[in-house]
Amino acid sequence: MIEIENLSKSFTLHNQGGAVIPVMQGANLRVDAGECAALVGASGAGKSTLMRMIWGNYLAQTGSIRVGGVDLVTAAPRDILALRRETLGYVSQFLRVVPRVSTVDVVAEPLLTLGTPRPDARARAEALLARLNIPKRLWSLSPTTFSGGEQQRVNIARGFIHPYPALLLDEPTASLDAANREVVLSLIEEAKARGAAIIGIFHDEAARARLCDRLIDVTGFTPKAAA
Amino acid sequence: MSRIEKITPAPLLSVRNLSKRYGSRIGCTDVSFDLWPGEVLGIVGESGSGKSTLLSCLAGHLAPDGGEVVFATVNGPQDTLRMSEPDRRRLARTDWAFVHQNPRDGLRMGVTAGGNVGERLMAVGTRNYGSIRDAATDWLGRVEIDANRIDDRPSAFSGGMQQRLQIARNLVTGPRLVFMDEPTGGLDVSVQARLLDLLRGLVREMGLSAIIVTHDLAVVRLLADRLMVMKSGHVVEQGLTDQVLDDPQHPYTQLLVSSVLQV
Repeated sequence: MIEIENLSKSFTLHNQGGAVIPVMQGANLRVDAGECAALVGASGAGKSTLMRMIWGNYLAQTGSIRVGGVDLVTAAPRDILALRRETLGYVSQFLRVVPRVSTVDVVAEPLLTLGTPRPDARARAEALLARLNIPKRLWSLSPTTFSGGEQQRVNIARGFIHPYPALLLDEPTASLDAANREVVLSLIEEAKARGAAIIGIFHDEAARARLCDRLIDVTGFTPKAAA
Repeated sequence: MSRIEKITPAPLLSVRNLSKRYGSRIGCTDVSFDLWPGEVLGIVGESGSGKSTLLSCLAGHLAPDGGEVVFATVNGPQDTLRMSEPDRRRLARTDWAFVHQNPRDGLRMGVTAGGNVGERLMAVGTRNYGSIRDAATDWLGRVEIDANRIDDRPSAFSGGMQQRLQIARNLVTGPRLVFMDEPTGGLDVSVQARLLDLLRGLVREMGLSAIIVTHDLAVVRLLADRLMVMKSGHVVEQGLTDQVLDDPQHPYTQLLVSSVLQV
C-alpha cells in the first residue's frame, strides 16, 4: 500500500548563505495493507520529515513514494489532493482549523468533502466524539480553545472518520490519559483489522509494542556527515 | 480517482503565457496554470508583485498584452481574451463572479440589500418579483444576514456584513468560477474567520472553483488547495498549498514564509 524507494531529501536555505542540509538518503520501505510500522530513531533523525514527505508537504530530491498507485514525488497537486481525500489519512500533532467552526463540523469535514450528506456525516462525527470522551457540551464549540488532550482527540476523530486505506499517525497517544489512550489504541487496532496500512511515530513504547508489526529505524536513512 | 475527476476530465480554466506591461514596467509576465473544477487557487506575494494585475487580466477587467485565458464554457473551451465583448460580459454575469476587496466596489450602495442580490438575477433574465425576493432572502440567510435587513441599504451595514452581501450578490446566479481580491482584507480577525468558514462551505457545497489573491498566508493555508507565489510580475513558485508553505523552494518564498509573525 505504501512503498518508498531510494528516497532522498535535502533543504537549501537560500536566506542563510545557501546552506544545503542533506536530511535523508536512500530510504526504502514498504508497508502492506493491514500492517502497522513504527518509525523509530533519535530526535532529529528524520521521522517527521519522512512522514511529511509521505503526506506530500515536503518535496523529495530523488526516489519515489507510492501510496495506492500514486507517486507523491511526481504527482500533480490535484492528484495528491484526491489521494488525501480518499486514500491517505493523517493524524498530526497540531490542530489547524478555521476558528469558529464547531468541533462536530471540524470532525465531519472529511466526509462532507467526499459528498456524504451532512446529517450522516454529523452523526458519524458525534459517535466518534462520544467514543473519544469529548463531552457533548463541547461539540458545538470551536476546538481552538480546547486543552491539548482534547485537541488531539479531535484530530484523531478527523483521521478516523473515513476508513482511509493508508494512515499516518504522529504520536497519536502523546497527551492522553489512560482511558482515552485505550480508546485510541483500539481505534488503531480496528483500522489495522479492516486492512489499513499504518505508519506511525510512537514515543509510547507500550503502544508501539502492542500495535506495530515492525520497527523502521530511520537512522539508517540519515546521510553520513561528510567528515 | 477522485469523484470530481470522473465527472470533469478537463480544466475549467487554462491560462497560457499571460503577460501585461505598463510601459516598460512588468505587470505580470509569462503566467501559465490550469485550474480544475472545485479547486481553490491562492495567489500570494507582496504589494506590487503583480498579483492584482494578474487577477484583473484573468477576469477581463484589464486587457493583457499577450497570452490565452481559456475557459470551459457550456459550449466548449473558449479563449476569453478573443471573445466578443457581449459574450465576455455575459460570462461575467453568469459563470464568473468577482469579489472586490472593498465591498463598495462590488455593491450598489444606493440600492437595498435585496436589490443588490436581485439585480444580478434580473441581469440574467429572471423577471418574477416574488421569486427574486425569495432567492434574495435565501442568500441573505446563507451569508448570515438577518432577513429583516433585506430592505436596508448596504451603507447601513458593517464592513463584514457588506463583504458577505457582496458574496451573496456574486453567488446568487450560481457561477462556476469566482475571482476574489483580498476578500478578507480590511476585516477584523473574528469577522475574517466567519467569512473563511462561509467561503469554504460554499466552495464545497456548490463545487465552486476560486482564484483568491491575498497577502495573508494564514488565509490561503485554510482556504486554498494550491498556491502560486509572485514576485516582480513572475510566478516564482507554485504547488500544493501546504507544500509551498512548509517546504518552500524559492528564496523569495522562504523569506515570505519565515517573515510571518507567530501568534
